[in-house]
Amino acid sequence: MELKTKINAEDGKHDIMIIREFDLPSELLFRAFSEPELIEQWMGTKVLKFEAKKHGGWEFEKTDTKGNVVLKTDGVIHEFIPNRKITRTFEMANTPFGVQLEITEFEKLTDDTSKVNMHVIYESVAQRDQVLKLPFAQGINRAHNRIQEILSKLK
Amino acid sequence: MNLRRDVFQAIADPTRRAILLLLASQALTAGAIASNFGTARPTVSKHLQILTECELLKQEQTGREIYYHINAKNMKQVADFIEPFRQMWDDRFNKLETIMKNLSR
Repeated sequence: MELKTKINAEDGKHDIMIIREFDLPSELLFRAFSEPELIEQWMGTKVLKFEAKKHGGWEFEKTDTKGNVVLKTDGVIHEFIPNRKITRTFEMANTPFGVQLEITEFEKLTDDTSKVNMHVIYESVAQRDQVLKLPFAQGINRAHNRIQEILSKLK
Repeated sequence: MNLRRDVFQAIADPTRRAILLLLASQALTAGAIASNFGTARPTVSKHLQILTECELLKQEQTGREIYYHINAKNMKQVADFIEPFRQMWDDRFNKLETIMKNLSR
């Protein structure tokens, strides 16, 4: 099946654009990005803190099946305009990847459809390319963990 | 040491990315490439060797000079490493859509 998500990432640049259209009214789309209970569900992460306002802080945490923390992310909300725009910083704790700036804009297309534009700006081209390659590593880790689980059951 | 000769290794280094950018607009000799960087000539030669082994560059003899060209066919792979990242976001967004549709019912 073709992916509905588009990513524009030009060679040698230090930003990317993530674009997606949804079969959802724009109010519902915005709620998914701004209510902790909903963020937790689709991001598959625990929301420790989410202050939905200018100068608010946010903090997410991902745990494995045993409850060990595998990834902590946090940042500061620079701008929060309901149904239109969220600007925030994003950083993965204890990693060398540095901070990124994310400008997320919400757009109403029709009464039942909407669009999100995430402009992500990295510190450098090298940092951007490293972060973009991460899901690769995560996928491999996941596969390794799974193999380990299966093998430990056989013991 | 296990040396990986693929596109990802090639573009992992900032000097190699700069060389690729430089050669994107014109073919150049090793000497001309080296003159664009503050690093020693042997270091640039090493980078050129890696880029050639990764098949991102091609060498072409013109008279007594060897010119380096971009091998555009293989550069396409650079865009490919974005695919897993895109898949990750698409999975998340599909989930978002399902959750929010159920919520509105």
